[in-house]
Amino acid sequence: MSAVLHDGVSGSGRGRILPRAGLIGLAALLVATVAALAGARFGLMLAIGLGIGMTLEGLRFGFAGPWRAMILRREPAGILAQLLAIGIVAIVALPLIASNSGELVGAEAPIGFAMIGGAFVFGAAMQVVMGCGSGTLINAGSGNPVGLVALPFFALGSFLGAYNLLWWTDLGALPIMVLRGTTGLAVTLAGLAAVAAVLLWRAAPGTRAVPRRLILAAVLLAGFAIANLLVAGQPWGVVYGLGLWVAKGAAGLGADLSGSGFWSAPGNADRIGASVLTDYTSLTDFGLIAGAFVVASWRAGGLSAPLPKLPARAWLATVIAGLLLGYSSRLAFGCNVGAFFSGISTGSLHGWVWFAAAFAGSWYGVRLRPLLGLEARG
Amino acid sequence: MSRRIVAIAALGLAVIVVALDMAASPPNPYAAPSLIAFGSGQAQSGGFCGALPN
Repeated sequence: MSAVLHDGVSGSGRGRILPRAGLIGLAALLVATVAALAGARFGLMLAIGLGIGMTLEGLRFGFAGPWRAMILRREPAGILAQLLAIGIVAIVALPLIASNSGELVGAEAPIGFAMIGGAFVFGAAMQVVMGCGSGTLINAGSGNPVGLVALPFFALGSFLGAYNLLWWTDLGALPIMVLRGTTGLAVTLAGLAAVAAVLLWRAAPGTRAVPRRLILAAVLLAGFAIANLLVAGQPWGVVYGLGLWVAKGAAGLGADLSGSGFWSAPGNADRIGASVLTDYTSLTDFGLIAGAFVVASWRAGGLSAPLPKLPARAWLATVIAGLLLGYSSRLAFGCNVGAFFSGISTGSLHGWVWFAAAFAGSWYGVRLRPLLGLEARG
Repeated sequence: MSRRIVAIAALGLAVIVVALDMAASPPNPYAAPSLIAFGSGQAQSGGFCGALPN
């Protein structure tokens, strides 16, 4: 951790004090503005999103990268940190949801054919662009052009996937299954421990230790995810907000969304007509982009690196992968955040199935990436 | 061209989304819910990735 902080957040010279103070002031101003315009809860949600963005970018905590490291090099540290964060959230969230049902809800969704297929495709696509749901936002905010190009297509795919969601779920799905209460928490923690044990067993020699930087990031991320649950009444999510932005744009341009069972449903139709500053996932999405921007700007030389040179087929692959990320994550009832992180930590069995299917998809995705020209030429 | 341009463009994209939405659906701070859902007595009502319409 010290190396990261030294090279990044705290490596300051006198000439950087004013710009950095400006960054803090800008973040505070954004939160205050949203609170004044929409209400204090929504300002707080933006602040939580900023915290998540700063944690992910500042401490280099991700989802797609660690899965790639495990698949290619059998390095488990990043995934172990993910499991730690999920476990911490579960210890707090499961009892809270059980004792406050109605006020607080989990990321509960059904397991089904489309859900499993969607998770598989998402896992492959996130390895192609090296960015998952949260990662694409962080990448864009920290100056990665692949993330920026993927983002609008991710949003479009999320809108289209939601548009057709009911058709896909009609192909076959089980009832929603949730691990509840003390037994549910024990089973969840035992499952996380079992996955960790398998990862440690399969790890390459000398790679079993988890760096303190990742442990700190896992604890911070868990804290922000719990705050998200307490403030919004629902777990941290990403892709609903992205699809909502496109739905709002389509409705604003006069598109008729009544043909979609999803977007014409009362709650969703209401949100299309309401301010985006009152949508929880949109606010944390904005926070992730801005938080990554703050850290990348803060870090010495963080935004001065030249852009990678990629062939045309790499950009085409980015567009297609972005669309697939959005579309598949709606069929899968969430991405690495809404399904994997929040699903497992709030007891939904679909989170576990998502993990298995997406990891299988990632195995293919890491092999597709160089074939599509997405390994930079320098 | 450096990563700075890309990062600023990403922020710009978010600002455009908010600005266009503000023109069409201005928020109303006087209709805001309590600061924290936990303990508010209000049912959760936000959109979420896992939510399936009834």
